[in-house]
Amino acid sequence: MARYDRAITVFSPDGHLFQVEYALEAVRKGNAAVGVRGTDTVVLGVEKKSTVKLQDSRSVRKIVNLDDHIALACAGLKADARVLINKARIECQSHRLTVEDPVTVEYITRYIAGLQQKYTQSGGVRPFGLSTLIVGFDPYTDVPSLYQTDPSGTFSAWKANATGRNSNSMREFLEKNYKETSGQETIKLAIRALLEVVESGGKNIEVAVMTKEHGLRQLDEAEIDAVVAEIEAEKAAAEAAKKAPARES
Amino acid sequence: MVYVTSQRKDIVRNEGFRTVIIMKIDFSGLESTAPLCGASSEMFDGFSTSPSFQIPDTTDFDDFQKEAIQMVKPAKGTTTLAFIFKEGVMVAADSRASMGGYISSQSVKKIIEINPYMLGTMAGGAADCQFWHRNLGIKCRLHELANKRRISVTGASKLLANILYSYRGMGLSVGTMIAGWDEKGPGLYYVDSEGGRLKGTKFSVGSGSPYAYGVLDSGYRYDMTIEEAAELARRSIYHATFRDGASGGVASGMLCFIMWDQPDGRSYLVMTLGNFTICTIQLNQPLSSRRCPKLEFLCYSI
Repeated sequence: MARYDRAITVFSPDGHLFQVEYALEAVRKGNAAVGVRGTDTVVLGVEKKSTVKLQDSRSVRKIVNLDDHIALACAGLKADARVLINKARIECQSHRLTVEDPVTVEYITRYIAGLQQKYTQSGGVRPFGLSTLIVGFDPYTDVPSLYQTDPSGTFSAWKANATGRNSNSMREFLEKNYKETSGQETIKLAIRALLEVVESGGKNIEVAVMTKEHGLRQLDEAEIDAVVAEIEAEKAAAEAAKKAPARES
Repeated sequence: MVYVTSQRKDIVRNEGFRTVIIMKIDFSGLESTAPLCGASSEMFDGFSTSPSFQIPDTTDFDDFQKEAIQMVKPAKGTTTLAFIFKEGVMVAADSRASMGGYISSQSVKKIIEINPYMLGTMAGGAADCQFWHRNLGIKCRLHELANKRRISVTGASKLLANILYSYRGMGLSVGTMIAGWDEKGPGLYYVDSEGGRLKGTKFSVGSGSPYAYGVLDSGYRYDMTIEEAAELARRSIYHATFRDGASGGVASGMLCFIMWDQPDGRSYLVMTLGNFTICTIQLNQPLSSRRCPKLEFLCYSI
């Protein structure tokens, strides 16, 4: 027991866990990620930082699947993410083995959140520096879900949420513009939220769509560009509409 | 110098002129709580938090174990059966308990309620069956609380099979069938102490099972009515008890079955009072959940 030193995460006199809060800071510096839940679709979108020229961009996948019916995107320390994702993937298969049933989204979210919490209450370890957005469909139902976890180990379900850089402005946008959507509309809403904080263009955004029938599908650049173009057109039309009545009066 | 014939180097430790045999028994089946300290189970993979005790000093532990197994082996003196049919799953059993040649009881309840929608049958060691079924009931309830939905029959039988497998070779004697309802409909699994687990629609377990199978197989049809199925189960148990000495010779037995979606929506628990009486008790709260069907247990006696 003397092998690892005293706990790194301890309470401050006024009741804060500073390491956890610093971890949240690390998340706030990570790339932006957004998730939107529709009636039959869930969409995850992630900001891609400008690609370094020599890097093979396909090897850096920011939206991963944990099982056929669950996907995850995260903001924060990517190395920590890899560890967490591996453990979650093993847990998904282990659940299939012991109960002969795929995991529900809530179950795997609870597991990941439990892992994150464990590392805030152990000696010699630091918390995971990432917040995750977990989407998926529960087995045997058609209900899509979106959950978020954070370094303190709490989790909750959301209709739409954002984490990472500029998440506050994205969340404000989503609060103002959220409505029940399905299919393509959900994708558009997610991309619109991302575009609030990211330069437009398919090169800077990575989007993945999950449906009950097709599982996780990554949108390629051309598709994203097409949706972005649609959004820009709509915005321009709205601007023109605003100016036109002003001129008439 | 004591010569130890065991090949198990991991459990044998030489202390000078005396050989001590240490073995860690796996109690994980009895634990339902998370590991004690947060990081330890991850940091140190070989670190076991389960308790362990020393086994008696014997010169040959393997032989000792074999003896224990042989002692319980012929003891699956019973007849139990279960089958799935159109209306649900029918479970039946005799009610004799024997200790070798001595009949210790003629009125044993061999159908154990794991929870309101799952039944288990008892064959083999009575204590083993009862204890591990209750333990399974605990695990099922914990699963329900943690996941906000009932565990499937598949999951429950898997939990039991894994526990029994971890005690394989240590003398447990359990030959049970897990029958119940879940979202996929009626489910029936056979689980035994060798670690086997089989999914099926028709099973009979125990020393009287060959006789019961004969009657059951020849009379079984999927689309029977409840009365026909009860009659078939009753006849199978009766013929098994007729020929098998270790199965309830005196006419007493219990059948239970679970039915799908009662139209009147009431839930019942039925008990036998004596050999030929049936008693139906209506429960105060319905034993139903949003997704699972309402249940009815009906007991007959042979």
